[in-house]
Amino acid sequence: MSFSFIKHETKIDFIGLRYYAFALSALMIIVGGISLVMKGGPRFGIDFAGGVIIQAKFNAPTDIGKVKKVLEGANLPGLVVQQMGKVKDNDFLIRTSITEGSSENVQKTVAQALDEGLGGVKYEFKRIEMVGPKVGEDLRGKAMEAMYFAILLIAIYISGRFEHRWMAAGLMAAGLFAGITALQYFQAPQVWLVLGALMITLALCFVLRLNYALGAIVALIHDVLTTIGIFSILDKEFDLTIIAALLTLIGFSLNDTIIVYDRIREIRGLKTGELLPVIINKSVNQTLSRTIMTSGLAFLSVLSLFLFGGAVIHDFALAMLIGIVVGTYSSIYVAAPIIISLSPPDSEDLAPAKAPKARTA
Amino acid sequence: MNRNLRWRVLLTLAVMVLSTSFVLPSVPGIKNTMLGKILPDTAINLGLDLKGGIHLTLGVDVDKAIENNMASMSQDIKASAREENLAVLKPTPLPGTRTEAVLVGADKQEAFEKLLKKLYPNLKVDGKETLPEDRVKYVLSMTADYKKYLARLTMDQAVKTIRNRIDQFGVAEPDIRRQDNNRIQVQLPGLSDPDRAIAIIGKTAHLEFKVVDDTVDAASAQQGLLGPGRELSVIMHRGPNNTSSESPIVLKKEAVMTGEHITDARATIEQNNNQFSVSLTFNPRGAKIFERVTEENIKKRLAIVLDGKCYSAPVIQDKISGGKAQITGRFNQEEARDLAIVLRAGALPAPVKVLEQRTVGPTLGQESIDAGMMATGIAAIAIIIFMALYYSTAGLFADVVLLLNIVMTMAGLAAFGATLTLPGIAGIILTIAMAVDANVLIFERIREELRKGVRSAEAVDKGYAKATLTILDSNTTNVIVAIILYQFGTGPIRGFAVTLVLGIIMSMFTAIFVSRIMFDLYLSKRSPDAPVSI
Repeated sequence: MSFSFIKHETKIDFIGLRYYAFALSALMIIVGGISLVMKGGPRFGIDFAGGVIIQAKFNAPTDIGKVKKVLEGANLPGLVVQQMGKVKDNDFLIRTSITEGSSENVQKTVAQALDEGLGGVKYEFKRIEMVGPKVGEDLRGKAMEAMYFAILLIAIYISGRFEHRWMAAGLMAAGLFAGITALQYFQAPQVWLVLGALMITLALCFVLRLNYALGAIVALIHDVLTTIGIFSILDKEFDLTIIAALLTLIGFSLNDTIIVYDRIREIRGLKTGELLPVIINKSVNQTLSRTIMTSGLAFLSVLSLFLFGGAVIHDFALAMLIGIVVGTYSSIYVAAPIIISLSPPDSEDLAPAKAPKARTA
Repeated sequence: MNRNLRWRVLLTLAVMVLSTSFVLPSVPGIKNTMLGKILPDTAINLGLDLKGGIHLTLGVDVDKAIENNMASMSQDIKASAREENLAVLKPTPLPGTRTEAVLVGADKQEAFEKLLKKLYPNLKVDGKETLPEDRVKYVLSMTADYKKYLARLTMDQAVKTIRNRIDQFGVAEPDIRRQDNNRIQVQLPGLSDPDRAIAIIGKTAHLEFKVVDDTVDAASAQQGLLGPGRELSVIMHRGPNNTSSESPIVLKKEAVMTGEHITDARATIEQNNNQFSVSLTFNPRGAKIFERVTEENIKKRLAIVLDGKCYSAPVIQDKISGGKAQITGRFNQEEARDLAIVLRAGALPAPVKVLEQRTVGPTLGQESIDAGMMATGIAAIAIIIFMALYYSTAGLFADVVLLLNIVMTMAGLAAFGATLTLPGIAGIILTIAMAVDANVLIFERIREELRKGVRSAEAVDKGYAKATLTILDSNTTNVIVAIILYQFGTGPIRGFAVTLVLGIIMSMFTAIFVSRIMFDLYLSKRSPDAPVSI
């Protein structure tokens, strides 16, 4: 005996709904963007900003306000104290922006302040991390580079694989490479490099009519921007693991997108003579149960990580949770419909006049 | 059972046995049993974030080493010029590893330049200027090749020295690696006292013996009245209860001897009090130098200077032969021991700075392991129950395959000697979802075919055939992302990338190949038209 959540022949008009979806996406990105602007950019963790964090566990229940107050007297620049995990764990994360010298001095200062201020409450430093400004800068550069390469390789793969146009894909890679080299020649900062890479990729996809790649990349950018925006609204920090989560959700979201594209390719291969909007609607509907099943299961397993995986991996799991929801939504509502919206107007699939010549039953 | 199917079953069983044998050694308690002896010797490595330990990135100040080399070279030039009866005045360092030297006697230029070419092929003349009073000013600099050579030498020596020190300190399985940009990465698993380790690793340990100039009053020297060839240093006085104070002391600039001649250093307890000192043994050459130096400076004080700080300055009572000396400085046992370690292991060729430090205590490591196992277990159980309910018999196939996937991923980690980190555990959890995804794709396809009215066996066939390409496609992007993560990530993130890639590859095998076998076995006992439980 078995059952299914999704009625097997759903006929939802996703294409008809696309403008509502675009509006919703735009709204999410704009709200996230406003939050980012108001907070002066993303909140970088010490991986990228440099600084010291100390995770301290107290033996007795300690009020976070008290810990804060005690440490504020110790003259630590950029001090932030956060509760980690559950309140009963008495775990606190102490962060400062000190980067000169080793972490040893910060550690001593914190220990001294806690010894004096908390009157004999025992504590243990479970984790100490210090990232110097130079290393922080390097890690930032590396993260950007990773994003850039992810976009490049995925664009090449999708255009080659789905449109059988490896030539065009190669051309795009060459154009992208040339553009980035030019930007590097003028010593543009890394952020501009990545933005430039994105712009060039999008423009090339458009010019070379790599519609699938274009749709997939727009969906990816949508996912990453939305997740970053939500993270900013939730006031969460960006560190290396969050970048890893962003890249992973790119892979995940793409996974969904590819399944839909694969179906579009298959139905088009049948040459039923249907127009692209109909084909896309059919494809999304036919893969809907699978999309929701796997995304649901992925959500379930990451939820387990979020709830039980411990404080260290908490934000990673949160980013993945947000990303899975956004990525699933974007595969259905963004990646597929956008093929139509971004297709050049003379595309043969859209013009009924140029109906396919051969029809098979 | 047809032949083809039998072979596939045998292959699967072989893979299962192999994977299990690779995973079992990592299960606590198995290693020491009879079984543990015949199993492969490959337990899963745990990352520092799980077993606790210190991760350090050290920056070696290579420029400083090059500068020092330049300074000593210009002193040498003066000396070798004198041997050729050439007078060279005050070689002074200039910024950018250049040095300025003034030659007396303009007619001797040719001889001086010949000497430079012969004895100092690594220097080049950057500029020459005729000064009044028959003098010529030379600006010398190092060739680029020599600078590169020195940089490499400095890094090699720094890595060697740090490795030496860590070995002497006694850390199991340290990992020391050279990185780009004059950096060294050090990983010390399972250390409880990070500060001490960092102090030992990071100490330059440049030991010098210098003669104290007691004819100059330290107080007036502090106001800038310092004769030529003298320098102002500080001497440490240590009182009881870890108190210490410093006072100025005037030393002759030139070190009469350095730590390079030390063959052994040990912490020794002093007889009359409960304090420790470090006794040094010199090699024969060092012993000879030390004997000469002490002979020449009887009744004077000899300062023992470590990294620019004077620890003690005893009066030389008599010439010391035999090549032994002692550094007293009211050390406690730990300090004396650590000092002995760094002196034995030798000085670092250049100052070293801690650029990045990540220390995870053993409690947090264990907590992370527990939490990670818990999360993995709950995720697996939830998915197993869900799949069984949603796809019934086919769901059970997927469940068996899922468990096999987890075992195989762990076996892959052990077999390749990869490191399991906390993000790596997250990777395993994601892999669980992805492995199931492949089966969901196949099952949904089969359901689709069945709805079209296709016969069971054929529907299964078509489902697998159609879904396989899609699975390959969708997994490829995940592999691309994982490879990028591996390329650019640091330790823990790399662990994530590794488990992700392993899990995806294993899932291709388990979800496509193994689950198909179960379907075939299941279908072989039924008539082709009997409904499939999916």
